Order: sequence, then structure tokens, then C-alpha cells
Amino acid sequence: MKHFDVIVVGGGHAGIEAAHAAARMGAQTALITLKADAIGVMSCNPAIGGLGKGHLVREIDAMDGVMGVAADMAGIQYRLLNRRKGPAVQGPRAQADRKLYKAASQQLTRNQKNLEVIEGEVADLTTENGRVSGVVLADSTRISAASVILTTGTFLNGVIHIGDQRQSGGRMGDKPSIKLAQRLASLDLRLGRLKTGTPPRLNGKTINWDILESQPGDDDPVVFSFLNKQPLVKQISCGITHTNEKTHDIIRENLNRSAMYGGHIDGVGPRYCPSIEDKVVRFADKTSHQVFLEPEGLDDNTVYPNGISTSLPLEIQEQYVRSMRGLENVEIMQPGYAIEYDYVDPRSLSAALELRNQPGLYLAGQINGTTGYEEAAAQGLVAGLNAALSSQRRAPIILSRTQSYIGVMIDDLITRGVTEPYRMFTSRAEFRLSLRADNADQRLTPIAIELGCASQERTQNYLRKENALSAGKAKMDAMVITPKEAVSHGFKVNQDGQRRSVFELLSYPDITFDLLAVAFPDLNEIDAPIAAQLSKDALYANYLERQSRDIAAMQRDEAWKIPADFQYLNLSGLSNELQQKLQTARPSTLGQAARVDGVTPAALALILAKLRQGRREKVA
Amino acid sequence: METIFALATARGKAGVAVIRISGPSSWDAAAHLCGTLPAPRQAGLRVLRWHEEALDEAVVLCFEAGASFTGERVVELHIHGAVATVTAVLRALGESPELRMAEAGEFTRRALENERLDLAQVEGLSDLIEAETEAQRKQAMKVLSGAVGRIVDDWRAGLIRAAALLEATIDFADEDVPVDVTPEVMFELNRIETDLRRELARFSAAERIRDGFEVAIVGRPNAGKSTLLNALSGREAAIISEIAGTTRDVIEVRMDISGLAVTLLDTAGLRQTDDVVEAIGVDRAVERAKAADLRIFLLDREEIPLLSPEDDDLIVYGKSDIHSSDGLSVSGKTGDGLDVLVAEIGQKLLHRTQGAGVMTRERHRDAIQAASQALGFAKNEVMSDYDRPELAADYLRMAARSLESLVGRVDVENLLDEIFSSFCIGK
Ligand SMILES: Cc1cc2nc3c(=O)[nH]c(=O)nc-3n(C[C@H](O)[C@H](O)[C@H](O)COP(=O)(O)OP(=O)(O)OC[C@H]3O[C@@H](n4cnc5c(N)ncnc54)[C@H](O)[C@@H]3O)c2cc1C
Repeated sequence: MKHFDVIVVGGGHAGIEAAHAAARMGAQTALITLKADAIGVMSCNPAIGGLGKGHLVREIDAMDGVMGVAADMAGIQYRLLNRRKGPAVQGPRAQADRKLYKAASQQLTRNQKNLEVIEGEVADLTTENGRVSGVVLADSTRISAASVILTTGTFLNGVIHIGDQRQSGGRMGDKPSIKLAQRLASLDLRLGRLKTGTPPRLNGKTINWDILESQPGDDDPVVFSFLNKQPLVKQISCGITHTNEKTHDIIRENLNRSAMYGGHIDGVGPRYCPSIEDKVVRFADKTSHQVFLEPEGLDDNTVYPNGISTSLPLEIQEQYVRSMRGLENVEIMQPGYAIEYDYVDPRSLSAALELRNQPGLYLAGQINGTTGYEEAAAQGLVAGLNAALSSQRRAPIILSRTQSYIGVMIDDLITRGVTEPYRMFTSRAEFRLSLRADNADQRLTPIAIELGCASQERTQNYLRKENALSAGKAKMDAMVITPKEAVSHGFKVNQDGQRRSVFELLSYPDITFDLLAVAFPDLNEIDAPIAAQLSKDALYANYLERQSRDIAAMQRDEAWKIPADFQYLNLSGLSNELQQKLQTARPSTLGQAARVDGVTPAALALILAKLRQGRREKVA
Repeated sequence: METIFALATARGKAGVAVIRISGPSSWDAAAHLCGTLPAPRQAGLRVLRWHEEALDEAVVLCFEAGASFTGERVVELHIHGAVATVTAVLRALGESPELRMAEAGEFTRRALENERLDLAQVEGLSDLIEAETEAQRKQAMKVLSGAVGRIVDDWRAGLIRAAALLEATIDFADEDVPVDVTPEVMFELNRIETDLRRELARFSAAERIRDGFEVAIVGRPNAGKSTLLNALSGREAAIISEIAGTTRDVIEVRMDISGLAVTLLDTAGLRQTDDVVEAIGVDRAVERAKAADLRIFLLDREEIPLLSPEDDDLIVYGKSDIHSSDGLSVSGKTGDGLDVLVAEIGQKLLHRTQGAGVMTRERHRDAIQAASQALGFAKNEVMSDYDRPELAADYLRMAARSLESLVGRVDVENLLDEIFSSFCIGK
């Protein structure tokens, strides 16, 4: 029997990232997936990044992960969202060439040391002394491992709906995972059902592009990976069209034939990604919706019409698509559909993404109730690192809310669970001003280096930048001037007699680095990218001081670990309702407990008291 | 570590109240109030002063770090238990920048963290906590019912709306959401800020308890106001004459009604007049009467008053010795109906001290003050020339957190709910 340190089941975005992370940590890793040539397939929108999501990609990249690098190998239109707003809320996004993205993922996977790809369907799990010890494939092959990570996405009991037709499937053209779903059902986990949808794919050759508005990428593209400076492939534009009254009429008349409105689907869908049926019904007074026509690749005619996902029957899809300007004669290459699937209540997971009552088994990606490539990949990274660490008998790595969007997401998932497919937003991060896409490397690469999952190249690259940043900052801190001097250079500051460093001046909204460099030519020694980064750091410096106090308070609470077997039930003083909520969420730190819905400071003090008591009894 | 303070004894009238201050700045803060501190573990009698004003005479006790309930430096102020005294001292502490009001359970929590509680105490703690959560629940219920509840719900909705609009322009910049949300955000922020300010002013109910209420007697000349005042106060304070218009200036008499300090105002008779001097008196009377906490309208039957009574005002029919009538009627001369009137006044004023109820707590005042400040900053950011919604949103988050004890937790899910129900998100 073959043995690995880590087995990853599933070759989607979570699976790829998990397998690479484990392999980078030096664990012998197997990536088992249904089809090896489907590794890196984008099931839905051919785009990576966005608000919150772009932050996740940067963080994955800072940990030397795959997604940012692969996205840059495939990025055909870059846009930095919120470019005119502050850097804390700017999100890099790119259209990706579907084929290039897949090719990049597979190439990177082939080149990754310690990583072997195995094609097959995982049908069962094996256990030894209560710990997961490996998997069994559909052809009965057994493979053993110290840790197993499941990243099976929408495949668990997947059911695809188009109009009133339903068929089982993991996504279009793929079989669902039934046996594995049954096996999970036997593990006594809380399972739920969610749904999501995708629009029909159009033949770009049949679109009248000439009469449509086009949306080009940014003039100075901002790429994903900290290792890259500019796009690696040719850049293109997207088209824009709109739905109209006629489109809406067609949809309204056929609502009862939609899988969702015909009552065929019970799963809960994401509100931020509604189907066109939803939009027409819920926002009845809107007479038009924007539709982005996104080419799926440089040498691919498939077009992804962003904004009109649906589960209407094919002929209705055809009718309503053709009612739109520029799409009068369009051909549908693949119908839109909705998919329903099982997910595992993520409150059964630890912050390392290990199932609390099934040691050795990790879950990552859509299986945990999230949606989106970036969310999946970020979880894959964490599960991969921790599965490897566990196989090496090392302590888990937990990224916290105060440190990263990844930490925010995982903390949200494991303490609050999900009610609809979970997607990242910047508003979920309470320390948004310090957790920026631009400083992801400063926040996380040192951790990656210490863990041992960063390559030589990544490490060198980062240390060089870090040295330049500290040197630049030190230089600016050392240049201190009086308010009078500031004014003599044309900078408006309070005449309060306070001396200020040039770095402090940089935090003023109307004082830019370039202006400073005119007044203080010494600053020209600082490279432009370093200067740009220092400007971003300076911009929020005053706010960060306040946030750092909140961060410290949260960290104090995080330092209080709650043992896995802590008894909330019958903890006198806690209301029944809170007992139940805490018992379900099983927070692993006092900080997490504080974020469980309804928990009061008094309840926290009570938990703390019990923790102390437990500790004393052990000592005694 | 921040320094925190709170009333350690139960709220309400009592002989003695103990305020506890714990944390590194506790001694300094106390010294600020009482001058020199007694030696640790020795009681010292001190006058507490704030901005030159003597607040109370107190027994002051200092504890060194490592030898106190919480394990930190602690000061206990044993003060007189009157509600007004306690409120004044808590407010003074609240105004010290290095101090903040303790959260529920925070002293106990610090004690736990600093290993100051033994096993028995820990076990006894659950009862304490039960009491605390029950108290919190009751308090929340009280806030959330009735008129206060409606204001608070309104703040919550406004905060959520404003924050959701800002967050929508941030998180859904690539979607079909309005680009310029400034007018609506400013509208909401201004509205809440005005309300918060008004609420801060209402804390004066607590002040009233300390400084007393004003009750004005109003009516046309010769209605018998002065007679009534004299009868109520039991002494001839106002000049009584049969010529209409004698009481030109406002006459004040302080008395105790149902345990509350009340200043009765006898105002000039309200009537149109050509006499310049009298007209000034009438104007002044109207002003004072309007500003008073309560008005007693002394009327004849069928008379329509010149100044219109407010909801809570009392209407009595005077000179019941002349006209016999039913309803609330009094006679300053015979004393008929005076006890009923006094009881009525007392009841109305007492009701107000409760009506202010939950909002008079210093903790809430601190919260409202902090929130209103944060809203001010948020408004600056919204109106600034730089497109920095993230900074405005950050201040709004602060405001919401400050008001948490009043409006409940405003969670990101609430914002997302608002966004998804107002805008068609989803390309
Ligand atoms: C129809 C549809 C619509 C979507 N719409 C959106 C959207 O609107 N917005 C959005 O953000 N995201 C959307 N997505 C989600 C996005 O594609 C996923 O969130 C993301 O790809 C999840 O990644 P994953 O790695 O968790 O799973 P997946 O990418 O689904 O990968 C699962 C992998 O597991 C493998 N596998 C499954 N079972 C087994 C088994 N038993 N043995 C071996 N291998 C197995 C599969 O072959 C596959 O490689 C949609 C997905 C689909 C299918």
C-alpha cells in the first residue's frame, strides 16, 4: 500500500492550494482527483480577485501559494477596483484566460517537489484508533496517509437543475460524489444544503461587438503576485450590454419554469450573486441590469455573460439572451444551470480546519459552505499547512483576524457558521485599515519564511523589499522639521511648535511623496515602489495606532485557549440559549467565544473563571 | 492596561456608596479628585472636588497592586449614597481621559486574570454573574420597550443605513450601486447626531435630581397664583394684593415634594398689557414658565389659557372657596385641594426621574458621548475632498460599538442585509 504524509482529495482551487502548501512544507503529498486534466478548472466566472477576494489572493501569494502566480500567468484584463479610494479598500482583479489558468495550475503542480497526482474517485476513508489513516478509491485501491484533506467542492450529492430537468452532477459534465457523501453522512456531522448558479456560455463569434460598449483594463495594471511586476500575457477588453423590459417580460412570463421558482430547489443561494430571475422579481422597478461580456480566453470564442445566471429551461435562456442589444443572434454554447450540493457545518472545524471529532481529517473550500475560487484556495492553504504540520507532529498554524483576511474568514466560518454561501467582503474585516492587499507580504511572508513554506526566491525577494522599506522609513523618521520649516516648503501644518518627521508629513492627505522629494532631495534615493509602499503605510498610521489597541485586546482574549471538551451545558449562570450556542460553535479561544452571537462580557467572565478553575485543578 | 471604574454597590438611595477604580492610573485619578491620598490600606477622610466644585466628603481607601481585589492598583471612594452624589462623582471620573467605565463583569475578570480569586470565590461567582446577566437583560428590555426603545431603534436603523451605504460603495464598487451616497449618509448622520445631542441634554433628569425641578404657576392676573404659592410654601413669600398685576418679577420658593427638590415659581399674570413695565414682566414670566419642568395652570372655569399647556402640565381651578366645582380644584385661602395638588406634582416629577430611567446611567452617557464624537469624525471624512469612505466607515464602526449597550450589536451581517435588500447586487 502506498503511503503519504498528506492526501488531498479534489483538484479544484482548494485542493491545488492544499496540496502545494503541504508539499512546500516538505510533506510527501498525493493529490487525488477525478480527472487529472481538470486540475485548475474554473467552474464559473473566468476571473480572479476583486474586493476582499483580491486581498485573499495576495495573502495566499504572500504565503508563497499558487493562486496569484497562476492568475498572473493567465491574466488578460487587470482592473484595480476602488482605484480612487484608499489603498485599504483597493482590490486587484483580473479576467483570466480559462485555458491558460488551467495550464498554469497543471504546470506548477508538475513542477512542485513532493507532490504526486493520482487520478481516481475517493469512495471511502479509513481510520485507525479513531484517527483518519487514508482513503479507499472506487476501484478499491487503498492509500494511507497521516492526514487527509477533503476539497470536493460542489460534488457532494450534487444535483444540477435546468428548468424542470434535474440530473445529478458535481458540475456540468462531471459526476457527483455519492459514495464519499454517504461516508461523510456516517461521520455524524451536521450537513446542510446550499445552491449556486451559473449563466449560459455564449459563442463570441455570434456577438455583435461593434455596437457594444467596451471596457478596457487599467492603463497601469496591478498584478497579483509580489513576484511579478506586470502582466505576462496579452491584454484584452470586455463588452457591456444590458437587460431591458423585453428581457424582463420573458423572464417574468416563464418564472414558473425556473428550477428555483418552480420549487425544485431547497438549498439557499447567495444573495450577492442572485440569478436573473431573482433580480427581476426582487427589484421589479429596475428596468435594466448591466451585463458584462467576459471573453473566456485569448483564443477561445466562449463568452461568459456576467450577471445573468439562471435555471430557466434552455429555450427560454435563448429567448431572453437574444432580447439584449448585441446578442440578437447569439448562440448558447452551454446552458446556464443551478447546482445544489451538501456542505458541512463549518462550526464542526477547528481553526486549523481539522474536524474536531475526526482527528486527521481536514476540510477546505466550498465543502465548508463558502463560494468562490479565492475563498476555496485560502482555506486550502491553511488546511494544507496544518495537515503537513500535524504529520510532522508540529503545532498548528492559526492565522488570526488581527493578521489577515484568511483569519477573518476562517474565524467567521468556525464561530458563526453559514446561512448562505459565504463570500469575502472587506467589510468583514474589522481591522481593514491594517489588512491591506498591498501589505499582505509584510504581514504574512515572515510567517511563511519561519514555517518553512517559502521558496528561496520568495524569501530573497521579500527580504530585499523589507530592508529597503525599513531603510526608507528610518530615513524619513530621522528627518525632523519644525512647523515653520514645513510651511517654508509649502506644507500646511498646525503651527503648534510640534516637530514632525517627514514620515509623519506623508500621512497628511495632501502631502505626497513626490512633493516631499522636491523639498528634501535626499528622498530621491528611495526607489519609486518603496516610496509608494511607504506612502500607503503612512496614510493610515494615525488610525492604526487606535486599532492596535483593539488588536491587543483581541489578542489577549485569543491567548485564552478553551479545551475541546469544555462543558458549556450546565455551566450555571449561562442561559440555556447561550449554552446551546456555545456548545455548537465550540470556540477554541476566549476571543472566539466573544464573537459567538449573544455572548455578554459577564458570560465571558464566567467561562474564564471555569478555565482558571480547570487549570488550577490540573496543577493541584 | 486601561484603568476602569464603576459603582461597586447597588444603585439607588443608600447610606453609603462605594466607587471602585482599578488599573495603573487609579491612584493618580483619585488624587486628582481628593488631593493627597491616604497611605495604602488606611482610610482617609477627603473632600472630592471637580473643577473647583466640592462633590462630596468621602472615605478614601487605596490598595497597592498585588494586594487588591483585582490585583491591580485600586482606589475605593466611600461616598454618600444619594443618587445625585453618586452620579456627580461617576461623571467626574468619566471625564478623566485616562479612565473609562468598566464593562459588566470586568472587575471580576481582572481579578481572575491576575489570579486574585481562590477556588471558592470562583465557584461563588456564577451566582454573581447570573445576577449580572439578569440585570443586563432587564435593562435591555427596559430600553427596548416604549418611547426610549423607539428612539434607540431609530438610531440603530440610521447607523445601519449609513454604514451600509458606505460599505456598498466600497465592497460593491464594481456593481450597480449609487456612486454618490453622500447626501443620504449625511442626512442619517446628522439625524442621529442631533438625537444623541438631545439625549445628552436629557441626562439633565439626573441633574434635576441633584439641582431640583422648576414648577411654574401660571394664570391670568388675580387668578390667585400668589395665594396658592403661599399656601403651598406656608409662608408669605409673594406679595398678595387685590390689584391685578402686582407680581411683576418671578418669585421663587424652594420646597421638598415627595423627596424631590422643587422650586416653585410664581410668575406675573399673563395678559395683554399696555403698561411697559408690566409687559416686560409678562414676557419674562412666559419665558420662565416655558423653561420650567412643569407648569400649573390656574384657571377659571371655561377660561382658555394664553399660554398653551404641554402634555404633562397640570390644570387646576382656583378659588374653590368661591366657586364650588368638581375636578382638581384648590383654594389658597382655605387650603382645600392643596394636598391633592402636591401629591399630583410629586407624582409627575417622580415619574420623570424614572422616565429618564435607563438613559441616565453614566455608562450610557459615556457611550452616547463617544458615539456622537465618532459621528462627528465620520461626517468630516464623508465631506472631505478625499475619497476615503474606509475612514468614515471606521468611525461609524466606532460609533456603533460605543452604542452597543443601547442599540445591540451592529454586525456586518446587518449591513449586508441592508445592502442586499436595497441594491441589486450580483453581476
Ligand atoms: C455552477 C457553479 C456556479 C458557481 N457560481 C459561483 C459564483 O457565482 N460565484 C462564485 O464566487 N463562485 C461560484 N462558483 C464557485 C466556485 O467555482 C467554487 O467556489 C470553487 O471552485 C470551489 O473550489 P473547491 O476547490 O472547493 O471545489 P471545486 O472547484 O468544485 O473542486 C472540487 C474538486 O474535487 C474533485 N472531486 C470531487 N469529488 C471527488 C472524489 N470523490 N474523489 C476525487 N476527487 C473528487 C473534483 O474533480 C474537483 O476537482 C460556482 C461553481 C459552480 C459549479
